[in-house]
Amino acid sequence: MGSEALFIAVFLACVVEAAEATTIVLAAGTARDWRSATIGLASALAVLAVVVAALGPAVSEVPLRGLRLVVGALLLVFGLQWLRKAILRASGHQDRHDEDKIFAEELATAAAQSRRRVGLVPDWYGFTLSFKGVLLEGLEVVFIVLTFGANQHDVGLAAIAAGCAVLLVAAAGLAIRAPLSRVPENTMKFVVGIMLTAFGVFWGAEGAGAHWPGSDAALLVLIPAVAGFAVILVALMRGSQRAAPVTAEGRG
Amino acid sequence: MTQRIRAFAAFWYDFVVGDDWLIAVGVVVSLALTYALSRTAVPAWWLLPLALVLLLPLSLWRAVRRPGH
Repeated sequence: MGSEALFIAVFLACVVEAAEATTIVLAAGTARDWRSATIGLASALAVLAVVVAALGPAVSEVPLRGLRLVVGALLLVFGLQWLRKAILRASGHQDRHDEDKIFAEELATAAAQSRRRVGLVPDWYGFTLSFKGVLLEGLEVVFIVLTFGANQHDVGLAAIAAGCAVLLVAAAGLAIRAPLSRVPENTMKFVVGIMLTAFGVFWGAEGAGAHWPGSDAALLVLIPAVAGFAVILVALMRGSQRAAPVTAEGRG
Repeated sequence: MTQRIRAFAAFWYDFVVGDDWLIAVGVVVSLALTYALSRTAVPAWWLLPLALVLLLPLSLWRAVRRPGH
């Protein structure tokens, strides 16, 4: 995989995660208290920095084959879950991810909670809402950066791609003080699901001892093949779609 | 304390396994089979793409036929 592909894959994945985290922080700040939401955001970023500092060097020390086996397995599981959700949404079997709707739901829930001061935090609920949202979405960003970066021996470039994505989304969120509903999140999740799945298949098989025909060039076949297969599944499921959409599953 | 441990385990289950456990189990089994096949003279690269072709439609089918759909 070239540097450009590494950058694009990490950047797109991180934009999706950052958009979701931004919606939660905006809801916490708007409905509750901006100071508490900001402290929650800063605290979560500090925890994530500690996780990166602790895991980054450790991940780099793991032998490449073992790393590819574990990373390939995780990427494949994550990628298939993302792709599954994206196909269900694209075919009309599940509600599409709607930042406006999620923002309204978060606002309503947050506004209904009572206010409690804890130490320097004026509103504990606003703090925990912001902290949890950023930490959960941030953990996925950290995972993507470390795994893609370590596999390509370029954690620095992966971190820059993630940093660009987070800064871009955070700046846009702060500028409009509204959920980023114009981010084409459903489409991006579809693309990222395809990339995570293709890289998961490639690295997982290599880590398990298989050798790809054409070595790295096999990725040039795998990515369009996974994309084509996903598009065919969407078309087939659209054809069979006849009942109300599934709404019980997670919103991610 | 037990509740916290349960919550911690639930968080990691949700983070790693997600909505359908079948995908996680299928991936682990497929990787194990790939490893076993790679120890023989038979090429093993095709096993994971085949697993993908089987697992994804199966998981989608399970999601669609759930009660409430």
